[in-house]
Amino acid sequence: MPVSIDIDNLDKRFVMRHTRSIKESVLWLLKGRRGDLSRKFSALEGVSLTIQQGETVALLGFNGSGKSTLLKHISGVMLPDAGTVRIRGRVAGLIEVGAGFHPDLSGRDNVFLNGSILGMTEKEIRQQFDSIVEFSEIGEFIDTEVRFYSSGMYLRLAFAVAVHTDPDIFLIDEILAVGDEPFQKKCLAKIKELNEAGKTLVVVSHDFDMVRKVCERGVVLEHGRIVQDGTVSEAIGHLRAG
Amino acid sequence: MTAGSSSRDDDAVGLVSPGHSAGLRDVVGSRFLLKLLVDKEIKVRYRGSVLGLLWSYVKPAVQFVVFYIALGIFLGLEQSERNPAGLPNYAIYLFSGIVLINFFTEALSNASRSIVTNGGLIKKIYLPRQLFPVSAIWVSGIHFLPQMVILVVACLLTGWTPSVLQLGTAVLGFLIVALLATGLGLIFGAVNVYFRDAENFVDMLLMVATWASPVLYAWTMVRDQLGQTALQIYLLNPLTIGVESFHFAFWMPTAEQTQGLPPSFLSVWVPIGLVVSILVVLLGQLLFSRLEGRFAQEL
Repeated sequence: MPVSIDIDNLDKRFVMRHTRSIKESVLWLLKGRRGDLSRKFSALEGVSLTIQQGETVALLGFNGSGKSTLLKHISGVMLPDAGTVRIRGRVAGLIEVGAGFHPDLSGRDNVFLNGSILGMTEKEIRQQFDSIVEFSEIGEFIDTEVRFYSSGMYLRLAFAVAVHTDPDIFLIDEILAVGDEPFQKKCLAKIKELNEAGKTLVVVSHDFDMVRKVCERGVVLEHGRIVQDGTVSEAIGHLRAG
Repeated sequence: MTAGSSSRDDDAVGLVSPGHSAGLRDVVGSRFLLKLLVDKEIKVRYRGSVLGLLWSYVKPAVQFVVFYIALGIFLGLEQSERNPAGLPNYAIYLFSGIVLINFFTEALSNASRSIVTNGGLIKKIYLPRQLFPVSAIWVSGIHFLPQMVILVVACLLTGWTPSVLQLGTAVLGFLIVALLATGLGLIFGAVNVYFRDAENFVDMLLMVATWASPVLYAWTMVRDQLGQTALQIYLLNPLTIGVESFHFAFWMPTAEQTQGLPPSFLSVWVPIGLVVSILVVLLGQLLFSRLEGRFAQEL
């Protein structure tokens, strides 16, 4: 199996600036630069991770452990301070539901806009359009403005677009918590189907039951470092043991 | 680890680092997305307003009337029997400059805010971020069209018969201004992520822009009041070149005797204007790609 995601010694530091006002900066200079105007903290430190094509990986850890930041490096939204991140093929993510949806546009317009944002060509969207609408169960509301949608409808349409982008790597960040049970089941079935077709899955979630159903491998992050890498059961065991 | 570092190199073929853009070239590759973003902006802009797209006509019309009365009549820029030193056909003179400056103002102002406005998306999904300033410029170009139609109709009513050279110069003049707006839009759009002062600075810049080019008065006044050297500096401003190109194309054919173009305008100054604008685009591109890596964490 070829490598799908290769992360080597990744470092990411965030600068927390306390102020951006010129007045406070001047006062700070006058006081002889006492104290720090900014505080740095490491979101990720020396993270190395290789994921083969077709693997299903759960990124686990407590809030603030760096899971979402790692996902953002895989999708290219953030760039590493040190180290490298390399991927093979197209990435699509459900990083947050409906990012790229515009409330004042109809569902139809949003399918085109969001599909295109996620990297689909015009032809691909036209080919997949009926299938997207069918999967989303939006039906006749597809020509209604999205701001009139319920949160469930919103999620279903967003998920439907994302799974039809035909990515090689699929990133899922804590989205399946929304939506009713039948739709969750449908999503899980679709995700399994994608995986059987050889797609790589990287899932961030606190829902251990869901993670156990979808993923084989589990990686635990703690304060920006990988502390455990094995089967998903081992990872969950590690977290539960605290 | 499931793979040792030794096998890493063998499998590395086809691996790419995500999040590294090829700048404006990526925008060309994402034409369909650009079109969708522009369509969205056009649809959303006047949503819920009664006059809708008519606002694109009403605003410049009111602005024109105010300037015409205040400057043309009160301050005596319009030529008349009592005021032979004024500009003939001042209404056309004024309007041909105003439409171009309006385009520039809207384009730069929206492009400078485009990255922060689309922050929600930029933080979550990777896509060529240059798309946002470029689509802002494009939208302004579409709003510019109805004003162009009014200008052409007004010109035709006053006996407009332009030459091919004049029309070509106008196209070039528009291009110079559009490129300048794109370059500055990339610069201030990127800087605005780090310092929100940028958008206020742009507002100030745009206020100056109207007066730093011969929109309301004639370029000869700069020469007569400030001298030749000042005129050279004045002509280095690509906006001056754009506005004079529009005067050359739309106003001069309708006015019998005019002060003419600045010396060696077509042979020297138009090419210089184009070069300056292209340099600004290159600078904008460079600065934007240096700053965009940290957009997601700064927004």
